[in-house]
Amino acid sequence: MAREMMYGDAIAAAIIEEMQRDPNVVFYGQNMAMTERDPMLKKFGKDRVRLAPISETAEIGIGIGAAMTGLRPIVELWMSEFMLVAFDQVINEAPRFHYMSGGQVKVPVVLKAGYGFCAGWAGQHSNCIYHTMMGIPGLKVVVPSTPADAKGLMTAAIRDDNPVVYLHPYMLTLDKGEVPDGEYVVPIGVADIKRTGSDVTLVAVGWMVKKALAAAERLAEEGISAEVVDPRTLAPLDVKTIVNSVKKTGRLVLVDQAPRHSSAAAVIAGEVAEHGFEYLRAPVRMVTALDTSVPYSEPMENFILPNEDKIIQAVKSVMAHDAVAA
Amino acid sequence: MKKQKKLGKDRLTWMYTQMVRIREFEEAVKRAFIEHPGAIRGHAHLGDGAEASIVGSLSTRNDDDFVMPSYRCHGYPIVLGTPLGKMMAEIFGRKDGLCKGFGGSMHLADPANHFPGTSGIIGQSIAHATGAALTAQVKKAGQVVYCFFGDGAAKQGAFFESLNIAAVWKLPIVYILENNQYQAYTHFSLEDANAIAGDPLSKKAEAFSIPGVTVDGTDPLAVYKAVDKAAERARAGKGPSLIESKFYRLSAHGNVITVPPLPTQFPEHEAVAVYGNKAEFAKWKSKDPVAKFRAKLLKDRLLTEASAKRIEDAARAEVNDAVQFGLASPSPAPEEALNYVYA
Repeated sequence: MAREMMYGDAIAAAIIEEMQRDPNVVFYGQNMAMTERDPMLKKFGKDRVRLAPISETAEIGIGIGAAMTGLRPIVELWMSEFMLVAFDQVINEAPRFHYMSGGQVKVPVVLKAGYGFCAGWAGQHSNCIYHTMMGIPGLKVVVPSTPADAKGLMTAAIRDDNPVVYLHPYMLTLDKGEVPDGEYVVPIGVADIKRTGSDVTLVAVGWMVKKALAAAERLAEEGISAEVVDPRTLAPLDVKTIVNSVKKTGRLVLVDQAPRHSSAAAVIAGEVAEHGFEYLRAPVRMVTALDTSVPYSEPMENFILPNEDKIIQAVKSVMAHDAVAA
Repeated sequence: MKKQKKLGKDRLTWMYTQMVRIREFEEAVKRAFIEHPGAIRGHAHLGDGAEASIVGSLSTRNDDDFVMPSYRCHGYPIVLGTPLGKMMAEIFGRKDGLCKGFGGSMHLADPANHFPGTSGIIGQSIAHATGAALTAQVKKAGQVVYCFFGDGAAKQGAFFESLNIAAVWKLPIVYILENNQYQAYTHFSLEDANAIAGDPLSKKAEAFSIPGVTVDGTDPLAVYKAVDKAAERARAGKGPSLIESKFYRLSAHGNVITVPPLPTQFPEHEAVAVYGNKAEFAKWKSKDPVAKFRAKLLKDRLLTEASAKRIEDAARAEVNDAVQFGLASPSPAPEEALNYVYA
């Protein structure tokens, strides 16, 4: 059974179901569970659902320490940039303990945060910082792009024995989609082909999956068949599914909301250059945000972000390259 | 099971034994730089001078209480019963090490003995210890967390954030601020606002409206008394306390930082090497907690010269065996480095 659900509600559904299933799951963060009327507080009690002060280092560090000693904490961080205040805990504490202890210690903590809030939040609340976490061995990073994936990946993140950074694109919060009822797990580390196609592979991350799918619709009207691959997990990255798609289509356009050199696209392009070079019939193209901070004013914000037109233009350029080469 | 709380002859003898074991272990680590050059890589930090503080604190502990110190971490697992051979092998980076050669001196971990692990980034482990206290509170097993950190760490944001949350959530944790007087090479009077104002560092507790006391960290009985009170308070659900245990680090911060192939070794203590203050070092050396406690137990006729010597000889032999065990253990195979990336 499945039912239509908003992306944000799908995340909440996963958290509630896992908290019902496992008494070791606890959930805390700023500006939550502030009154006795809070539904999560009512359901699970004040031991397991807590209001935390505005102290990211301690919030994340406490999550790590609690995870090391037997709980499965979910830390609500709201916006991914707030993690930057406590980045030592994210990249130099959480992922190190299992390794440094020779496998003795596990750190099953979920760091949940929204990202890329491009709705007039200007330079410090609209960014994509996943690239900084993709290359940290021991840290998992998931970026669901649909309500179903949002539920399934949250469930998987809570059950995972490693620290998982769960990043949800704020711009998808109200999007609706079919979400399976009851237990639903999307495996971490497995990409998903969101649309099949034969002429070009579009690899898109998070919010950009939606834009890539919309672009693919329009391209189909012009007779160009685009396959849309959603990595869903950025670390560990499912390079195999991406390369297999490129093997089929021979062309790759990467779509990423982050600026060029801090994008997941740059990492994926490198992997395809090494593992899929022989399949490429045209140079790889990256459609990313322009190399600026995110501006406040709407026309400027739109100007620097990837959009359907930019994706279509990039696809046409790789198709044209092919024509020239032939 | 609750440990025997009354400090009778057996318990005091046990405490002296643990202090001697820590001292002998740290002396052996220090000697290894000369006797076994290259056996220890990177940076090792010794706890000599902290023996009374460590043992006095941990003597109040129940068997299932968590112990979470910083990277200056050798002393605690020694008291918890971690085999010294596995510890030394880890410090030597060997296959039979406590962490199979993945962690080294700064990152000993023995979760089976309620010692989950340590961070090498100053102050950050205070948050992890606070998280262990969250576990204790949620699981309602009556556990308390013993969180140890240095005077330097008490200047980190993690300290202030963690103590605030622990006070708000009434977490069962005792924060033991080991004021060994030097943050790496910096004397605490140069960087601590309380110290500069002439106040004890335990005054920081007032910022969180929790109990804060300063004790003589060279006296295990004084430490015991203060920590026991704080641990019982935590166990009763009344929340955290801060204890400044003031003593003196007797060795330098760590071995000298050199780039291979230059040999590394322990330098002179910062008091002398950096500040030229031989008198300060001599003064604190005369308050050596191990020697002081030995003298007290002899005076109180709880130990004799002969029984003290038996304890010391046994510790020396145990540590010598540990060094031999470490040296005999092979290095891990290079490709083992690919293990334990993910659980």
